[in-house]
Amino acid sequence: MKIHEYQAHALFTEFGIPTPGGRVASDVATAMQATQALGLPVVLKAQVHSGGRGKAGGVKLITTFAEVQPAAKNILGLTISGLPVRKLFVCPAVKFVSESYLSLLIDRGRATLTFVGCADGGVEIEETAKKSPGKILRLAVRVSEANHVSRETCRPFAQQMFRDKNQAESAIEIMLAMARLFVARDCSLVEINPLVVDSHGKVLALDGKVQFDDNALFRHEENERLRDMEAEDREELEAKAAGLSFVRLDGDIGCMVNGAGLAMATMDIIKHFGGNPANFLDVGGSSNPDKIVTAFRMILRDQRVKIIFINIFGGITRCDDVARGILTAREQLTINVPIIIRLVGTNEAKARELLGESDMKVALTLEEGAQLAAKWVQTL
Amino acid sequence: MSILVNQDTRLLVQGITGRDGLFHTERMIEYGTKVVAGVTPGKGGQTVLGVPVFNTVAEAVANTGANTSVIYVPAKFAKAALLEAASAPLKLVVCITEGIPTLDALDAFERLRSARIRLIGPNCPGLISPGACKVGILPAQIHKPGTVGVISRSGTLTYEIVAALTASGLGQSTCVGIGGDPVIGSRFVDLLPLFEADPGTDSVVLVGEIGGQDEVDAACYIQRHMTKRVVAFMAGLTAPPGRRMGHAGALIGGAQETAAAKTAELNRAGIPVAQITSDIPKLLLNLPATH
Repeated sequence: MKIHEYQAHALFTEFGIPTPGGRVASDVATAMQATQALGLPVVLKAQVHSGGRGKAGGVKLITTFAEVQPAAKNILGLTISGLPVRKLFVCPAVKFVSESYLSLLIDRGRATLTFVGCADGGVEIEETAKKSPGKILRLAVRVSEANHVSRETCRPFAQQMFRDKNQAESAIEIMLAMARLFVARDCSLVEINPLVVDSHGKVLALDGKVQFDDNALFRHEENERLRDMEAEDREELEAKAAGLSFVRLDGDIGCMVNGAGLAMATMDIIKHFGGNPANFLDVGGSSNPDKIVTAFRMILRDQRVKIIFINIFGGITRCDDVARGILTAREQLTINVPIIIRLVGTNEAKARELLGESDMKVALTLEEGAQLAAKWVQTL
Repeated sequence: MSILVNQDTRLLVQGITGRDGLFHTERMIEYGTKVVAGVTPGKGGQTVLGVPVFNTVAEAVANTGANTSVIYVPAKFAKAALLEAASAPLKLVVCITEGIPTLDALDAFERLRSARIRLIGPNCPGLISPGACKVGILPAQIHKPGTVGVISRSGTLTYEIVAALTASGLGQSTCVGIGGDPVIGSRFVDLLPLFEADPGTDSVVLVGEIGGQDEVDAACYIQRHMTKRVVAFMAGLTAPPGRRMGHAGALIGGAQETAAAKTAELNRAGIPVAQITSDIPKLLLNLPATH
């Protein structure tokens, strides 16, 4: 789960990571009040769950009060990567002498919690990692020890990032705070980019990103409270509530599949035969009829969908359950598009019997179904 | 022959009295897996499906000589179950549970690793050595004994591929679902050496997907160390970046994590990647692809 920069800053403050401070505003007047309270110069930053804010014009340095209104109005009217900007973060413009990168993340390959650092910050860390991997510092931390990582453990890492002894010590304190935050709130990422040294020699988190582990939300109401409902994909939330996984794409072939891997492969194979999938949809393991009805409703909401391909490989999922769901959906909903159905595996024969002499087109294999969908859609 | 599970597997089921645990224990026994014990705290002393139930893993192992554990407990309690398994003299733990908090999983892995216990999963369908032993939730009927090893990050996609292999007369030595989470106990590179060393396996099918770098690491390993034939399939060519595709780990974080980038890496290592699932048996049989 993603949160906004201003929320990440509040968490930094709570856990003892120094930031320049700042205030959030959702309208021009509040942005002006914030600027007056903080004093010039300030930076206005669009709060959206997307990178590339700077390039999209979502970050603006303000040096006079006269600039606040037009700049705030402009940014609040932006849409960045399809996401409308609804909030601004107003923060003091900090003069800094150096910038670096520091994060705490989960290293998937090594299955460890790892600090990643780079003395050159403010840039795309992935680019640096690719071009000059030698510049990237790594320090693995045991989860069981993350709450009491020792300063000695962090020191060599911090000293490689900062030659100045005091700055290195400040960086150590920041690392310890990041580890505490990571564990206390079940994060999946705590990132500071850039971590700067200001003109007084103070080490500050200028921009931060915090993400929470979706699997751990059940034990963190306080994380859930930070969710910006307006910034979330409503369909994905709706799907999640129904026990489905759904991602809307821009094609015209609706897909309903059991299992995430098979759902991806089904989309890929449709594409392979020249078709365009309209969505990713995993109906999950136990397919009760209600789930199937919700799945149909979500697919059909997109007017572009001209045909639906249902691909079920019954293992744990029983094909007859899915068949019942399809019949219920056809009773409850108006379905005006052709359906291609491929049901194999557990209770396949029962499912066939249930579906009987329906007008749905039956495919025997994934390949056959995908090929048929891709061809048929062209005639619709 | 096979890897990880066989006739000598003596299985312990953690969460045997739960709905899923009970259902799948019955399926495993039907298949011939030696299920020797179950564990559900507070239900020790009962017998379920003819299997004695114990309160703790330690008791179960001491009384039955179990050497492998499969975990069906809900995500909230999975860490406790994994830690309990880590403190027992087991050789393999298979965790089916989906939705375990990543920090719980990492913490448990550290303990299992220091105890030198191999973990498969979490968020996986388990594994099967056809004709000998099944541990997990895989549908038994699609498998048949043979010499193809299968390793996959997926569940139903694996079934699809295994069914295609079986239909082409290609049986399997062992099929392992390693799990769809960002952090898993055994990655491709951890299991490929076992297939390479197994005299009963002559080729391997690797089923990967978007997210992470495991397929790239696997490509590197295969090129350097494997003499057996490997063919692959990568799911998610059409997946948009930055969106989670069902599996917690199926999210394109960077350019290196796309299905196309991984396919390119595998091809560069000399590993053919099938465009469609039904081409996998053809690649193994050296037949031309239909499409």
